[in-house]
This record gives sequence, structure tokens and C-alpha cells, in this order.
Amino acid sequence: MHADAVTTRKAAALAAFEGLPTEPGTPKPDPILVIDKVVRRFGGLTAVDVEHLEIQRGAITALIGPNGAGKTTFFNQLTGFDSADEGSWTFNGKQLKGVPAHRVARQGMVRTFQLTKALSRLTVMENMRLGAQSQRGENFFRALIPGIWRGQENEITERAEELLERFKLAAKRDDFAGSLSGGQRKLLEMARALMVGPELVMLDEPMAGVNPALTQSLLGHVKDLREEGMTVLFVEHDMDMVRDISDWVVVMAQGAVIAEGPPDTIMSDPRVVDAYLGAHHDAPLSAEETEEQLQDAEAELESEIEEKA
Amino acid sequence: MDWNLIFTRAIEAGIGTEAVIYALAAIGLNIHFGYTGLLNFGQAGFLAVGAYGLATMIATFGMPFWVGIATGLLGAVVFALLLGIPTLRLRADYLAIVTIAAAEIVRLVVRSVALRDTFGGTDGLEAFSDDFYAMNPYSPGEYGIGPIGFDHRTMWVLTVGWVLVALACVLVYLVMNSPWGRVLKAIREDEDAVRSLGKNVFAYKMQALVFGGVVGALGGFLFALSRAATQPDLFSTEITFFAYTVLILGGAARVLGPVVGAAIFWLLLILVKTGMEEAVNNHVITFINVNQVGSINYMLVGVGLILLLIYRPQGIFGDKREIALDAR
Repeated sequence: MHADAVTTRKAAALAAFEGLPTEPGTPKPDPILVIDKVVRRFGGLTAVDVEHLEIQRGAITALIGPNGAGKTTFFNQLTGFDSADEGSWTFNGKQLKGVPAHRVARQGMVRTFQLTKALSRLTVMENMRLGAQSQRGENFFRALIPGIWRGQENEITERAEELLERFKLAAKRDDFAGSLSGGQRKLLEMARALMVGPELVMLDEPMAGVNPALTQSLLGHVKDLREEGMTVLFVEHDMDMVRDISDWVVVMAQGAVIAEGPPDTIMSDPRVVDAYLGAHHDAPLSAEETEEQLQDAEAELESEIEEKA
Repeated sequence: MDWNLIFTRAIEAGIGTEAVIYALAAIGLNIHFGYTGLLNFGQAGFLAVGAYGLATMIATFGMPFWVGIATGLLGAVVFALLLGIPTLRLRADYLAIVTIAAAEIVRLVVRSVALRDTFGGTDGLEAFSDDFYAMNPYSPGEYGIGPIGFDHRTMWVLTVGWVLVALACVLVYLVMNSPWGRVLKAIREDEDAVRSLGKNVFAYKMQALVFGGVVGALGGFLFALSRAATQPDLFSTEITFFAYTVLILGGAARVLGPVVGAAIFWLLLILVKTGMEEAVNNHVITFINVNQVGSINYMLVGVGLILLLIYRPQGIFGDKREIALDAR
């Protein structure tokens, strides 16, 4: 029964992508997140410049690209952790530009971090409880009367225990999160994000720094998110993982989306090969070019000296 | 050497007015720094706002006692908001810089010549504590057990003071064991993680700043009332640094840490000071004179704090396991 459901979700996601063109900004049948002309500049450097991008609901979408492609900056913008200089994006049709990070999370778009942010001096259970939304006891005055929030707290604890069981952290329940291993922290962070009850889970390099033995288990958990009807968007460097779990891949380079496509064919796309191997940019300089650059630099220096004089 | 005198003075200091005032100041700091991770270096400012709110309303404007109390509390809230709005969105170290400056601004404003008619300049204010002592249920005389004793005025200050300390501790215990306190502790660990879980970090930090500031203002009330006078230079940054010492000595992020820290801090301070004075007077120590004892005492406080941070950074109540986590 369960296995059937698995194949249906996966199949449904794949069917949605069937026959879509691999141009950047391809419209999807049922997008949960629609991004338009998002730009982020740091001084003279344009870190992100995404013309148009749609993320399909109920699928696992990977965001890949060489180092410095602007993936994490883009992630930060979408989740309200960084501001956008221009552009707009909607989540479930609601405008998100300028919305602070905590409101983005409340709307059901929850992220994790590349450098795991376990709350070290809180126990694993307290980490989990923190994720629950609309807690009555999070108001200062209601906090003073435990009777008001105790019932809700018990419900939250029950839900947290189920998740900890599923993520194999139940034994660590009362340990400080800071005492967990790197992989366990990743698991905890993911489980904690689920406590929010998200529709879209954004994972920033979920496999970074994870012991290979845990990788399979983490992959399984990511796939489970889709089976439960959530949408996943993740940044990753590990191509094996991308091929294994993603239904669709978006490739960024130098701040822009350069290609999209299914995971098994995207890596042979010439634009992607260029981006990764730098076909045009990294070719060694010829002797003439070196000479030319040298002359340019000297001319510049001379003009500067003249200006000062 | 009169050991009896030395120990009597030390124990009196450990439960006396200074201990109460610093306990309240440090409970406030504990809320800021211990639980929320806010580096408030301007706790002296909150005490000053409390003391001057009370004193000014009564001595300058002739208002009733409770109006003075309300003004002091409201003043602390406003001071916290003024501090928090520009700085709480920034990194923690900026808050430290701004708070230390803000506390100095408060002190310089109340001691300024231009506002002398309102705040009394460097002489400060007096004649505002009559209503407070009129409520004193202790009849005139000495109260105490054996050689340890206080007069009726001090008894009244201490009664009110320790009740306030107890109330503050109960409040801190309740909120820090609630979901509200959990959010604060999580902010101390990592703000961005808390944001990503849908909590309004700015609002929580502001609430913590106000709460701790108001507790600090209570310390300010007692400071002013116990002396029946208030001078601007009582509220120098020294108060803040002593309060930090008290907090770290007792153990940050522990309900009773600041209270026990304050008692032990003052007990030790006076024990060493009286001990040295006695030793000098009785020619046990001959290479210093009595006037130098005070300065040497403060040097020893510094040495003590350094040793504490090296050998027991978690304080008396702290958990070494927790401190070790930071090293990772």
C-alpha cells in the first residue's frame, strides 16, 4: 500500500515535468513558488540575477551550480534572510518581497542552513518544540500561567516524539543538541523544520559534512517529504544525490539560471558543461593577450601618475 | 585582629543593601545576557533611570511616592525601547557599545548644570524617601541575631528588597520554563535558526530588554531609597561591571545564580577589605596604609574574576557540560 503511494507521488511529479522544455524559466503546470526578475547586488558585483523561475508543487527540485553561482544568496532572498534589490516572488500566489524571514516561515516556507544551526545549549526535545507554531505560551503574560499552555505543550511534545522516532533521534531526546554529531544535527534541523508544518521545505546543502553512512538515511527522509505532499527545493553539490532524488534540476551560474531539466539529461546540456568547466573563460591566455594586458596596465598607471602630477 | 568584627561585617554585607541592589541588577542582566544573549553593558543606566524617575517625581515635582515608582518603571521601559529599536536588529557587539554609551548619557544628563533644577546636578536629589520610611512597620531600634544586626530603616529596605528579589526570581523561573523562555534561549544560541522557525526575534529581544531593564530599575529604587539620596556618579559603569561579576560568579542562565552571586560577592569583598584594614591597624601588614586598602581590594576583585573565568567559567550553579558545548 505504502509502496504504491510512493510510486504515485514520484510518478505524478515526473508526469508534471514530462516534455517540458529545458529553457531557463520554463512555466510549470502547478507552481508553488514563482520568481520574477530577482536581483541582488553587492557593490559592483551582481550576485543574483534571475529572470524567471517556477518551482513545481509536490516535487523535489534541485538547485545546482558551480561555487559562487549565487545559490545560497538566492535562497536567502527567497526566505527573507537577505533583501532583494529588485524583483518579486510569490509563494502560493502571495507576494513575498520585503516580507521578514519569520513571516515567510509562518506562511509555510521553511528553510534549513548550509552550516547547521542546532541550538547547542537546548536539548533535542526543546529544539523540536521550538518549531511548533502559534504556541500560547510564547506570549510573556500567558507564559506566567502554565495552565494556559501546558495542554498545548503536551500535544507538541507528542508530535515531536513521533518525528524524533522517525528521524532516529528519540534516544537523544534529552541530550544537548550541541553534543550531536554533524549528521545528527542535519537530521535534527530537518525534523525541527517539519515541526513548523511547512508546505515548501528549502534545504541548503543537506548533505554537506554528513558521514556517508547517514547519507542514505537523509536521502530517504528527503524523499519522504515529497511522499507526504510537501514540496522540496534544495541546493546541493553532490551530483549523485541530485540524480538520485530530484525530479527536476535548476542550474545557476554567475547569478543567473542558465538551464533547467530532468536530472538524467541536464548534466550533458552544453550550457551546464560550460558553466562547470568554464569552456570560454578558463582557457589559458595566449602570448599576445598577455602582452596586451601588460600594456593596458602600464598605460593606466602612467595616466594615474600624470593626474597626480 | 578582631575576627569577630571582620566576619560580622562580611555577613552583614552578604545580606545587606548592596547585595540586594546587585542581586536585582544582576537578575536583570541575567535576563539580558544569560538567557537571551544580549550584551547589555548599560545596566547602570537602568538603575539610574529607576532611581531618578522616583527621586525626581517626588523631590522636584512633589508627586506622591507611587507616582515616582510608576515613573521609574515606565522610564525603564522607555529607555529599553529607545536602546532596542536602533540596535536589536544589529549584531550583539553593537548593542554592547550602544548600551554602555547610553548609560553614560543618562548619568551625564542627570548631572548636567543645565538641568540642575530638575535633577540636582552633581549633588543629586534627596528628601524623596519620607513616604517610603513612613510605611516602615519596624519600630525604631536595632534588629539582629547576635552581633549581626541592622537598624530599623535598613531592616525595612532589606525586607522590601529581598521580597522583590524573591518575586523577580519567581517571575524569571516561570517565564524561563515556558515556551516564551525557550524562544529567548534559542535566540541566544542562534537568531537565524529561530527566525527560520517563524518567531519574531526582534520582538522577543525587545521584551527581554524591557523585562531585564525593569528588574534593574527596581534595584535603582532600592539604591536611592536605602541612601535617602541619589547622586549621578553612583551610576557609573562600575555598577554594570560588578553586576556582570556577580552574574558570572553565580552562574549565568540560572534563576538563583545572580542572587547567590551577589551575596557571595559582597561577603568576600567586605571580608577581604575589613580583614586588610584590621591587619594594617594591628600592624600585621606593614607595607601599606589603611587608605590603600580600598584600591587593593578592587585589584583583588579583578584577579578574582580572572581566576573565576579560568577555573570555573560556569559559575557556582552552572553546568560545565553546557560551557564545554561552546568550544565545538
